[in-house]
Amino acid sequence: MVDKLFQNLTRISAFLILLIVAWIFVVLFNQSTEAMQTFGLDFITKDEWAPNVDKFGAYAAIFGSVASTFLAMLLAIPVAIGVAIFLSEIAHDKIKGFFGVSVELLAAIPSVIYGMWGLFYFVPILRDLTGGMGIGLLAAGIVLSIMILPFMAAVTRDAMNTTPDILKESAYALGGTQWDVIKDVIIPYAKAGIIGSLILALGRAIGETMAVTFVMGNVHKVPTSILSPTTSIPVTLANEFTEADTSLYFSSLFGLALTLLIMSFVVIAIAKFYFLRKARRA
Amino acid sequence: MTAVQKRIFINKLALVFSTLSAVIALAFLFWILGVLVMKGVSALNWNIFIYEGAPPGYAESGLKHALVGQLILVGMATGVGVPLGILAGTYLSEYGKNSKLANTIRDISDIMMSAPSIVIGAFVYAVVVIPMGHFSAWAGAIALAIMMMPIILRTTDDMLQLVPGTLREAAFALGAPKYKVIMDVVYRGAKAGILTGVLLGVARVAGETAPLLFTSFNDNFFTTDLNQAMPSLTVTMFNYATSPYEDWQQLGWAAAFILSMFILGLNILGRLILLTRKKGK
Repeated sequence: MVDKLFQNLTRISAFLILLIVAWIFVVLFNQSTEAMQTFGLDFITKDEWAPNVDKFGAYAAIFGSVASTFLAMLLAIPVAIGVAIFLSEIAHDKIKGFFGVSVELLAAIPSVIYGMWGLFYFVPILRDLTGGMGIGLLAAGIVLSIMILPFMAAVTRDAMNTTPDILKESAYALGGTQWDVIKDVIIPYAKAGIIGSLILALGRAIGETMAVTFVMGNVHKVPTSILSPTTSIPVTLANEFTEADTSLYFSSLFGLALTLLIMSFVVIAIAKFYFLRKARRA
Repeated sequence: MTAVQKRIFINKLALVFSTLSAVIALAFLFWILGVLVMKGVSALNWNIFIYEGAPPGYAESGLKHALVGQLILVGMATGVGVPLGILAGTYLSEYGKNSKLANTIRDISDIMMSAPSIVIGAFVYAVVVIPMGHFSAWAGAIALAIMMMPIILRTTDDMLQLVPGTLREAAFALGAPKYKVIMDVVYRGAKAGILTGVLLGVARVAGETAPLLFTSFNDNFFTTDLNQAMPSLTVTMFNYATSPYEDWQQLGWAAAFILSMFILGLNILGRLILLTRKKGK
């Protein structure tokens, strides 16, 4: 009796997860139907976002999300791989422990703090260097790259650490240098895991709100240069959700949320199902 | 240059580059940490814990409202998210095992763990805030609980699977029903691991701002009314930091410092629990 009760309790809790995920999709879809019916495909291809005349095109926000994430990945990937190599192969055991733990702890710092740092310390420097406003696509990309760096480095290192010592030792025995071992043994062995980890970090970056809200500018325009202020989906949501006054405005914001959810779902699913599963099997 | 010299040279070059990137990365990260500590410590004083929010320019302004609000929100989210997460994790590890269904739930939950937090805020806005007609602490706590559940589920599942099957069989052989085996043997064996998972889950959720922006919203005054908007450290930090007033910005840094110390503390505690357990074995 109690046994059955307990089993059902655990089962219900487990199904709750599926239910919530399905529910999120249904709710976001329902809330955004008005916008989708009004604008159709124009919603994602037009960049005119004008609440005063009830015109909503999300292209600028989508572009901003993709561009800032791309920029962040471009900057973070080489550094993260460097850090991962340093942590798994180069550093002395004592340093390794210290740096390894600090990288993991830094990954736990709330993203809003990266945003504050960006606004007060990084944007002024960028402004002096480039002469523009400082706030914009470049600032967002850089702050985002710094924010995902610890996470990216930690998971990449974990992927590299799965390489069996025996493989590495054989390569050293053949006279390989450290770099030979890294590029010809470790990276090929852990390739799927590394790529999966990087994509996982990409999934985090694309949905990140607080680190970029401060420094992106929230201007609904496709940026003309890397320095111009623009917006992204999470930034638009964070800034405008509580200001929406017409139902179409509201529905368009839900449309943005749905777009973002689908984008990140696809990215994370690719990382999980394709690369990380392959890595686990190997 | 002979071939060997060339290889040694390339090796050195690569290692220097990799070390350099580690140094650059850590320099940036310690810069941020340094700013956080310097700004935060200089803004700390007792007033922060005594007074609630005040208009800019008032000396008697503090963060009491946000501190208490944060504790209430995270506490409520923990109260809902942790039991549900542990139960769901128990189902996967003890009943579902490697069935197709259990693996599907694992995958979906893993994806949920990385889903954009602001989207969860929007969802909760639609299902809780709109029907209620106003922002509330309930909505904020629900959003945080939704974020927390997959994290707890994952660690519980992993930790329960580490408990050796022979322990379960021994308990079954004594005639114990399955729920008793799980409660008295499996949970006990995985206690430290689950506790660490809970601490890390709480730490992760405590730093979230985006799901609170339009669920619990914010308030500049002390409140314990769960049906009303409730201030939190993160949203307060966001509002104060983006305000043009210097003293509000100061308070924002103080909030950032307090919150980070709390989160780092939980993380370190979680690690220590796992570490001492490993040593004890």
